[in-house]
Amino acid sequence: MNDSVYDGLSEEHADDARWAYGTGFHDELSGVDRDIPSGVDGADLGLYCQMLGDDALVLAQRLAEWCSRAPELEEDVALANIGLDLLGQARLLLTRAGEVDGTGRSEDDFAYLRPADQFRNLLLVELDCGPGPGGDFAVTMARLLVFSSFRLSLLYRLQSTVDPVIAAVAAKGVKELAYHRDHAAQWVLRLGDGTAESHRRMQAAVDRIWPYLDELYAPHPVVARLIEVDAAVDPADVRAEVEDTLHRVLRAATLSIPSPHRESGELSGRDGRHTPELAEVLGTMQELARSLPGAVW
Amino acid sequence: MSEQEARFLATVQAEQRIEPRDWMPDGYRATLIRQIAQHAHSEIIGMQPEGEWIAKAPSLRRKAILLAKVQDEAGHGLYLYAATETLGVDRAELTEKLISGRQKYSSIFNYPTLSYADVGVIGWLVDGAAICNQVPLCRTSYGPYARAMVRVCKEESFHQRQGYELLMTMMRGTQAQRDMVQDAVNRWWWPSLMMFGPPDSASSNTEQSMVWRIKRHTNDELRQKYVDMSVPQAKALGVTFPDPELRWNDERGQHDFGQPDWDDFWRVVKGGGPCNEQRIAHRKAAHEDGAWVREAAQAYAEKRNRQAGAA
Ligand SMILES: [Fe+2]
Ligand SMILES: [Fe+2]
Repeated sequence: MNDSVYDGLSEEHADDARWAYGTGFHDELSGVDRDIPSGVDGADLGLYCQMLGDDALVLAQRLAEWCSRAPELEEDVALANIGLDLLGQARLLLTRAGEVDGTGRSEDDFAYLRPADQFRNLLLVELDCGPGPGGDFAVTMARLLVFSSFRLSLLYRLQSTVDPVIAAVAAKGVKELAYHRDHAAQWVLRLGDGTAESHRRMQAAVDRIWPYLDELYAPHPVVARLIEVDAAVDPADVRAEVEDTLHRVLRAATLSIPSPHRESGELSGRDGRHTPELAEVLGTMQELARSLPGAVW
Repeated sequence: MSEQEARFLATVQAEQRIEPRDWMPDGYRATLIRQIAQHAHSEIIGMQPEGEWIAKAPSLRRKAILLAKVQDEAGHGLYLYAATETLGVDRAELTEKLISGRQKYSSIFNYPTLSYADVGVIGWLVDGAAICNQVPLCRTSYGPYARAMVRVCKEESFHQRQGYELLMTMMRGTQAQRDMVQDAVNRWWWPSLMMFGPPDSASSNTEQSMVWRIKRHTNDELRQKYVDMSVPQAKALGVTFPDPELRWNDERGQHDFGQPDWDDFWRVVKGGGPCNEQRIAHRKAAHEDGAWVREAAQAYAEKRNRQAGAA
């Protein structure tokens, strides 16, 4: 055999750029100041990073459940892409959380060693929206539209937070979230205005997701303190913008807008009071990491 | 031989590419459709064995690497189905053939993934074997296939290095991790040798494919190359291959090695492997569960087209 099967590949070895995107992250924020900004409480900032990081992590985990199960191959690629973007954001934010809260915890300590009641994500991201009996592609897209519209508005404003790490994550994240929102909106349009069946499913999906909207804008004492020192964004401030987007998409998709409905009572993701669905997600996610103490990965 | 056929043969034997609009023998077209479709199906079915571990990946970095890899495999399937479309078939038709069992995919994906070490070993050995098979295809005579392979091979090389790096890390970990790695190597070594296809003496398609410059090396040549390449990698890793006959042959300047169990190979090819049914059922369910979504997208596009036409 006259050609080495590896010859054609050797020139590629320096080209690791694509792995820097989403999988390796140490250089991603190189040059960004990592001190805690003056006047900001490190413990509060750490919790805020967990809130933003957990939203991204749990939704990434949910989206990855579609992998090899999407309605078409292009969608397998797209959902994995969105999951990778969110996972990348989560890693940076959780790393920041451990850096500023004084505990020195790593991204993996946060992801794998906390019980469900220490997760700070919104209930919206933990819901089982399929594939499988928990939902379908329409619910998945309804949730993605809501989440990405909300997070895009949040990150857009967070670009000017006093915390340089969150600001850098936000600056990178707005481009990603704009794509996620556009992707979800396209599907809501197609499904809402597609066939009778897809319209029925899309309306049911919106009806199922809408009760979780109020939580997005709920005040929180930690966030309130950080808003005072320009380290956080008040989620109530983005409400009008987000709802304007959502309503425009729903109307164009020939869907009716469910009446506002407050999810009653006890549950509050930001305070660690979750649905049982989070414990299920984490059970799967954490099982292997916890089962082999001392292992290195 | 017709004049067209003579021109075709002269083109391929001069190492020039055949493009979709060029004349080609029916057998050449049929061979390519079969081979590229089988390859595309393998990429798609190949998402499953490792995909199972994305949710359970033991660190966020490993989760990102694995999700990116499985996403790449979906992309490979897409490029390859696109290459088949230049030959006059479409993806929907090929998908039907896959889920009804009328077209095959690589049998390697009919084995289960039992631990996270399998993710590393699949990257190292299975993507490694795929690279050995596919690098020569970057110069195959059919242009769209060759170009798809260039892109695919670059990504497969990332997969192989990522897999090997995972194993290296695990070997530096606990004894339980080292045992997991060796166990996974023991299970995947023979199936990876089978990825090169049956021995040359039993391979029916090789000769014609070599004349047409679809294939450039025989199954046994590629298998030998793969063994010679893998042995030093195993040594550096600190694992052994489960083959008592494996040893360096000074005279040949190559390794001697044992033959895989070819009866088992044919049994798995014919559907009797541990995961054949599960893999097809999974693909079929995804395809059927998504039918309403694809129909909606089509209906929506038609409505938009009608509106554009009426405007
Ligand atoms: Fe591949
Ligand atoms: Fe691969």
